[in-house]
Amino acid sequence: MHDHRATVEAVFRSESGRIIAGLIRVSHSFDLAEEAMQDAFAAAVVSWQAEGVPDNPGAWITATARRKLIDYARREQTRRNNENQLLYEYESRSNPNEEEMNQPFEDDRLSLIFTCCHPAINMEARVGLTLRTLGGLTTTEIARAFLIPEPTLAQRLVRAQRKIQQARIPYQVPAPGSLPERLSAVQAVLYLIFNEGYSASSGDSLVRRELCAEAIHLTRILGELMPNNPENMALLALMLLHDSRRDARSTKDGHLVPLEEQDRSLWHRDQIAEGIRLVERALGRRNVGPYQLQAAIAAVHAEARTAAETDWKQIAALYALLSASHVSPIVSLNHAVAIAMSETLEQGLALIDGLGSCGELDSYHLYHSARADLLRRMGRNREALESYHRGLALTTNAVEARYLRRRISELGLTSGIE
Amino acid sequence: MRYMMLIYSQENEAATPEDMHAVARAHKAVMDEALARGIFRAADPLEASSAATTVRLQDGTAIVTDGPFAETKEQLAGYYILDCEDLDEALAWAAKIPTACAGAAGCIEIRPIREFPRRVPLNA
Repeated sequence: MHDHRATVEAVFRSESGRIIAGLIRVSHSFDLAEEAMQDAFAAAVVSWQAEGVPDNPGAWITATARRKLIDYARREQTRRNNENQLLYEYESRSNPNEEEMNQPFEDDRLSLIFTCCHPAINMEARVGLTLRTLGGLTTTEIARAFLIPEPTLAQRLVRAQRKIQQARIPYQVPAPGSLPERLSAVQAVLYLIFNEGYSASSGDSLVRRELCAEAIHLTRILGELMPNNPENMALLALMLLHDSRRDARSTKDGHLVPLEEQDRSLWHRDQIAEGIRLVERALGRRNVGPYQLQAAIAAVHAEARTAAETDWKQIAALYALLSASHVSPIVSLNHAVAIAMSETLEQGLALIDGLGSCGELDSYHLYHSARADLLRRMGRNREALESYHRGLALTTNAVEARYLRRRISELGLTSGIE
Repeated sequence: MRYMMLIYSQENEAATPEDMHAVARAHKAVMDEALARGIFRAADPLEASSAATTVRLQDGTAIVTDGPFAETKEQLAGYYILDCEDLDEALAWAAKIPTACAGAAGCIEIRPIREFPRRVPLNA
């Protein structure tokens, strides 16, 4: 006999985002939609066992969940003896038939993603809502991935859902006038999810990989829903190109391996190929945005067969473009490193020191470790040691701290600091 | 749905009568547009927070103090009530309402007005 539980789970993975998006549209409520969908999946486990899996499982779940919504509305109606829009809407056809279940259902996911990532919702809740509704992750899974207590996350999500209702945050794709701005807010949420999974901080590494995979999955959906948007393509490319290095960037015992020292045969070639294809398509269009430039930089790294073959001149040029449109001290720092690698170490160091004197980067551990790396390459080991120690004092990340300690011990200098 | 838009501005004593006129003209333009669209419900400017009095009931006694509820850099300076379809429309209107006073930027807080159902069942 078939394991129908596995089938139900597979349908959940692939269809839950679309199903819940449609249910929110008809119920005007995240809560009711979630409850109805859960009930429908629970019913599926029983029903599919007895009657077999329907031809269109997603439509079956949708139709069943809609019936649940009507049931809830009835119950509510009885309780309050009040009018209810939902009941009126469905009263005439409260028993969905075969025909209804086989109807293609509308894709409301784009509305859902814009609502979940609305700037009027706080950032943590945007991430949580997106992962839970579109990604189908549970609150427990999200809390574990972001290392926050589950009740804290649950409360944030409840508050956000209440705000969506009370402040009437619309459930729709924004008007053309505000679309570019709102789309970049969506992209920022997806990229944040990816980076949370990708950044080598503490936590369960398996959960973190799943977070990266989820971010890629959601960005793929965004790309399907809004095809031809070059920044969507580029964001997906950027994630794929970074994720392709996942097996090479840390050792089995959790040591960070810098790009330069990675075993490039461990890079996932299929992801690199797709990433590069996407970058090329994205760059073929006008209006080069920040994700296109970042993805192009990642592609240059991916194309180098060895670290020594890296085209640092091109990377420096791309960072120059990026810092011209996106003023950020971190971009400037990366630009300085690329100049050090493509021109001379002295030129790079001069740029880095110039950035440090502005003060903004002085409390950023990567600033000091980047500076230390250049000093080490120049053979100025004493100064390198000092910078590594400053970086070490500033990082809260165990994996990075371990990497910096390794560098310090490799300098072979004794110091009284540690 | 009605949204209340609370205008928070810095109270700049250096503001000249010309500055005040310019702000008033900008408000008039927003009000005219909202009126023409049929979504205008109310709007008023407030006197400066130096005219504010705060009353707080403590153990049944009204404690009266001089000044606003909170001493902040930006003070409540006025409000609009506009009837908008959703928060996105409200946000678009809020962006049109002037908040600056003689160059010092302010902000708008948007609060949905709680609507009560028209028919409240008596024996629910």
